[in-house]
Amino acid sequence: MDERIEHAEGARAPVIEPGYTFGTVTDKISSIVLTRPMSNGWFLGFGVAFLLTMMMLYAMAYLFVKGVGIWGVTIPIGWGFAIINFVWWIGIGHAGTLISAILLLLRQSWRNSINRFAEAMTLFAVSAAGIFPLIHVGRPWLAYWLFPYPNSMGVWPQFRSPLIWDVFAVSTYATISLLFWFVGLIPDLATLRDRSTNRGAKIIYGILAMGWRGSARHWDRYETAYLLLAGLATPLVLSVHTVVSFDFAVGIVPGWHTTIFPPYFVAGAIYSGFAMVLMLAIPIRKLYGLEDFITELHLQNAAKVMLATGLIVGYGYVIEAFMGWYSGNRYDAFTLWNRLHGPYRWEYYALLMCNIVIPQVLWIRKLRSRPIALFFVSLVVLVGMWLERFIIVVVSLHRDFLTSSWGMYYPTRWDWMTYIGTIGMFLAAMFLFVRLLPMISIFEMRTLLPEAEVKE
Amino acid sequence: MKRAPIYGTMAEFDSPTALVAAAHRTHEAGYQKVDAYSPFPIEGLAEAVGFHKNRVPLVTLIGGLIGGLSGYLLQYWVSTSSYPVNVGGKPYHSWPAFIIVTFEMTILFAGISAVFGMLALNGLPMPYHPVFNVPRFAFATKDRFFLIVFASDPKYSPAETRRFLESLGGRAISEVPD
Repeated sequence: MDERIEHAEGARAPVIEPGYTFGTVTDKISSIVLTRPMSNGWFLGFGVAFLLTMMMLYAMAYLFVKGVGIWGVTIPIGWGFAIINFVWWIGIGHAGTLISAILLLLRQSWRNSINRFAEAMTLFAVSAAGIFPLIHVGRPWLAYWLFPYPNSMGVWPQFRSPLIWDVFAVSTYATISLLFWFVGLIPDLATLRDRSTNRGAKIIYGILAMGWRGSARHWDRYETAYLLLAGLATPLVLSVHTVVSFDFAVGIVPGWHTTIFPPYFVAGAIYSGFAMVLMLAIPIRKLYGLEDFITELHLQNAAKVMLATGLIVGYGYVIEAFMGWYSGNRYDAFTLWNRLHGPYRWEYYALLMCNIVIPQVLWIRKLRSRPIALFFVSLVVLVGMWLERFIIVVVSLHRDFLTSSWGMYYPTRWDWMTYIGTIGMFLAAMFLFVRLLPMISIFEMRTLLPEAEVKE
Repeated sequence: MKRAPIYGTMAEFDSPTALVAAAHRTHEAGYQKVDAYSPFPIEGLAEAVGFHKNRVPLVTLIGGLIGGLSGYLLQYWVSTSSYPVNVGGKPYHSWPAFIIVTFEMTILFAGISAVFGMLALNGLPMPYHPVFNVPRFAFATKDRFFLIVFASDPKYSPAETRRFLESLGGRAISEVPD
């Protein structure tokens, strides 16, 4: 219990600004959902995001009519935007689970103010990611063939294939993330049920809260289940991007077939995920006046995690280059040469700028406490991590072993519409989330207050 | 058996410290059927109301074992007998390739068991519960702390229990209708 106080006082910025009580914390967070009037800005933002979602649906409908030929994918680049965007979105999701599970196990109390919306971000990012492999299979109405189920054809999935591992890893990840998020919400839904004055809202929150009443016995089982879920989600989140990297690393294509991929993918995932957390947290805390709960400490810490994971990603690039030379394998060496001098060299240089060079400004403490600067560094990292997947997928495939099968990849407008559309869908879901559910975990914030301490 | 017209007697406290102390003293006074309600988890409160048998870890373990075993056995059966496919002369029972699905199935089943096991052991969802008849109880999810002695307790008597809870410093003491 003392540790909590120490955390609050020992750090340069507090986890939560002083002067709050159980009641004011509850009112402040729940009022955003219950009483705050809808603003024009919200409608504008949601409207734009909604239109982008419609654009995505339009592009997908056209795809279903015409087939994947409308995309830029051709042989030799059979994996284009669909896989790039899938990996990018899944990676972004990883920060949510890292914050909610790993930081919980490490007793990092600062996680309590950002875990809820980071988990929501995970869910929406995984939903956006899931779209891509489904629409890439060509006949999406048969996508359920990916799952092992007894069927009249007498066939089963191939369990030695990384693609089936991916199905299991991603669907498990989506399910566990949803459960984790929902379990965390139950006590807060009960708070909304009891605070809301609108009858309809009372009924809906009441159904979702399932009759939660905060009994000591319930809390005991609840905390056990939550901790176990965190313990299960921790190896899970590390496994998911590892399995995603197996999609590449198990293949023999030069530039894919390396053992550095799993750790380097996981680090990259957390890197881009924290960038997205910052890009969401910075406007949200400003617009909804939550600077007292999402303090400078949170921004500083998130920036430090980004810096650390960014350096691991940089180490991955160095090892890739080193192995290209040291392995003595001429195809690996060519892949390195092709990255630096081939037709996609500008994308590679941009990637190095975005992921390695520019984020080094995060070493400056002053800059880490400037929300606007952090916002733009995060944007650069997200672009950089997207480029990284572009380089991995496209540059490795476009020139492999035989010069006769070399080619180029040009994404079409349908590729871009689908990709930008998923960003719209993600944002639309976030816009709805901040108005319908408490975006900060109210009950976990109560435990951070000094008055929550039981004195002997 | 005729049901008691009242469900129990409830007292309200200001702070987690007061609630834990009151729960301890109620338990020491010989009351066995006691529960406490708080807006956030309080360390030691479950022990104070006499709760020791938390079976969520056991349920989770069983779920995880079932998931892992069924995941592995499914792959074994499919790859060796139901639909064997020779891939590059590799053995049908190529167990290293089966580890990932086994692992994911373990996590999936353990996680689902933890959540639904917790809800089932807690008796949730529960659409009606007598404690919600107390108007002040709406604050149990905000900033107030409650202790209840159930009418089913052998030592329970409406007047006696009320006096006892008053002596603990409980406020707004009320009989909870069933």
